[in-house]
Amino acid sequence: MLSRTATNLFWIGRYMERAEFTTSLVEATIRLDSLGTRAESDQTWRSALAVVGAMPGFEATQENFGAFAARRYLTLSDANDGSVRSCLARARDNARAARNALSREVWEAINRAWLTIRGRASPGGTQATLTLVDALKAEARGFEGALTRMLRAEAYWFIRLGTLIERADNTARLLDVKYYLLLPEGEQVGGTLDRDQWDTILHIVSARLAYRLLYPQGLAPWWVADLLVFRRELPRSLHFCAAETVELLAECGARTGRQGEADRLARQRLTAVEGDDIDALFQRGLHEWLQRFVRENNALGAAIAHQFRFA
Amino acid sequence: MAGAAFDELWGGGRRNAAAREGFEALAGWLKATPPAELDRRQQTAEAAFRQMGITFNVYGDEEAAERIIPFDIIPRIFAAAEWRRLSEGLEQRVRAINAFVDDVYGARRIIADGVVPADVVLANPRFCAGVAGARPPHGIYTHICGIDIVRTGPDEFYVLEDNVRTPSGVSYMLENREAMLRLCPELFEIFAVEPVDSYPELLHETLFAAAPHRGREPVCVLLTPGHHNSAFYEHSFLADNMGIELVEGRDLEVDDDVVWMRTTEGRVRVDVIYRRVDDAFLDPLVFRPDSMLGVPGLIAAYLAGNVTIANAPGTGIADDKAIYSYMPQIVRYYAGEDAKLPNVETWCCRDPSALKYVLDHLPELVVKLVDGSGGYGMLVGPASTHKQIEDFRAALVAEPHRYIAQPTLALSTVPTITAKGIVPRHVDFRPFVLSGPDRVVTVPGGLTRVALREGSLVVNSSQGGGTKDSFILADAAPGRTTG
Repeated sequence: MLSRTATNLFWIGRYMERAEFTTSLVEATIRLDSLGTRAESDQTWRSALAVVGAMPGFEATQENFGAFAARRYLTLSDANDGSVRSCLARARDNARAARNALSREVWEAINRAWLTIRGRASPGGTQATLTLVDALKAEARGFEGALTRMLRAEAYWFIRLGTLIERADNTARLLDVKYYLLLPEGEQVGGTLDRDQWDTILHIVSARLAYRLLYPQGLAPWWVADLLVFRRELPRSLHFCAAETVELLAECGARTGRQGEADRLARQRLTAVEGDDIDALFQRGLHEWLQRFVRENNALGAAIAHQFRFA
Repeated sequence: MAGAAFDELWGGGRRNAAAREGFEALAGWLKATPPAELDRRQQTAEAAFRQMGITFNVYGDEEAAERIIPFDIIPRIFAAAEWRRLSEGLEQRVRAINAFVDDVYGARRIIADGVVPADVVLANPRFCAGVAGARPPHGIYTHICGIDIVRTGPDEFYVLEDNVRTPSGVSYMLENREAMLRLCPELFEIFAVEPVDSYPELLHETLFAAAPHRGREPVCVLLTPGHHNSAFYEHSFLADNMGIELVEGRDLEVDDDVVWMRTTEGRVRVDVIYRRVDDAFLDPLVFRPDSMLGVPGLIAAYLAGNVTIANAPGTGIADDKAIYSYMPQIVRYYAGEDAKLPNVETWCCRDPSALKYVLDHLPELVVKLVDGSGGYGMLVGPASTHKQIEDFRAALVAEPHRYIAQPTLALSTVPTITAKGIVPRHVDFRPFVLSGPDRVVTVPGGLTRVALREGSLVVNSSQGGGTKDSFILADAAPGRTTG
């Protein structure tokens, strides 16, 4: 496969995942916003922008901050590289360039997602935004479904590796921005607002039901962190991403004969996640741990690109 | 205009009276199929093309960047004898074109013998001095040609244009046929139609045979300008159907005069490049120092004989409109006989007496830029306003060497489905000719373009043209009729 095609595929995976994450972030933040008081609204949306690192970009637009402006910036703004529309436009651009490597279903899923948001001028009111969010989430599921039907070969592996690198990054950043809410028992947490916040985190990663199943003892912040970091059963956990990345690289290596630094980094990361638990994590400092994870995840992404010559 | 034109179904006579001999079955089919059914099939075809993403981009039209070309389900049909004449003429012409290119980049006999003036060749912007003296494998320069043919009567075919750089449209020939097989299968029972689906295979063989000899399976790639190019769909379609990689300039690198492509498994040596980019974007070291497009060192690799470029760099000299006017002499010079397919009468405005004639007859002529394409920069006198004509007159007087003029031909018409029912619309025809070491072949088919606007003679897709399938009837079983 051409190196450039591999780049296109990898970034299809990353941008589709980023679009879906941002969509979920908007949905969960609308919900959190409606639970809180009006006075808390701005803070709620600032926190959402912080999760995707969009605060400096928003400030550069010199717009007045508010719930509507934040919703628009996250979903539709062309000034925001990470807005859902920007991500889908880039995913589609990559998909057009690599069309030979994609199944028709995957191409059509990406194209449809883009068409859903392409002509949208405004996110509209809260209800209209939620309708858009629902449509986008349906398209994201369509993409994932089409992907699972692809031949297990290079094209699939590179898209999926992009998905996992992006997903690990997003989950880690989400936790990191909210980490002060996840401090262990004994700290000054536990009010209603905090409960809503934990719930929101679960909502963003589509894990509210999963949490109830795995932690019947009730909602507690350290268990939320445990779920998102250590539970391999959850497809958005760091453990899940680390494990599948190792598997994909092994499959890809067996087929192409290319193994190296990326495999080593991926295995090292998996071992680290497997050997830790939530107590140790809090002792060492969740924030520092997550920061290191994000750095190593970036290094792994670069190593994959280098190993398959698409850097 | 349309009333006077030769109709390929009804001939010169009244429409819906008697069909031309051999075409009665088509008239019968049109009569027997209810208009609503034709409409339904037409719409099905359109929906299918859109879903498959068979689109083209229109330059300068960002928002509507991807459009489909309208497709008309009434086929354009050539009888076996018509095709035999045409293909003989095409092959004669393509052989002569190749010999001409070989000559002007080599011995230049045709100039020494005074058949074509030196300045028309050597001072031509399409002449590429940088590749003179390099002879590609087997002396083949024009591996793939698309020759535009127009018809004005039962036996009157003319070559309108020779496309010998990067002719496009062949994917429509193939996709249109696929659509017809699904939508109008009964037509293939009525007519014995020559198949076109061997084209990708023939193209593949042609490219492989053109490889520099190195005693191993050659690696062949298709070089595209990228997915923003108007013909990208075709590029990806052909690469897919030949099973070769679709590359952009940045996927290739030249190292010690050898071309490599970058893959996930390392560098792979490239032997043949089917390029769908213009000369100007092949190699910035040679053509456009200001451009980042292209592959630095590619021409050096070509000159060193390490890679075949199809079509070869510099072939544009043969489809220049100024050279076109010498084509009858060029064919006679290399073929030793008169051209079987005539040119359209052409006035080169660089010649003062021709310019005077053109200026005196502007309202009845078609005037074209020497280096224009796609129907841009062109005046169709009879269809233009007084102001358009006067604007063109000024441009002509200012830079006469940039223009040629031709009579406005009454292009033949073919019945076409429109909102007004089935009506005659003007068509042209682009067959594709492949040249290999030991054969020149014309795939029995081609792209019929149809001007959908009433009376319009401009068939370009960028100017509102559509396409039709082109049936070439097999010799053995002409027009089996139905009851």
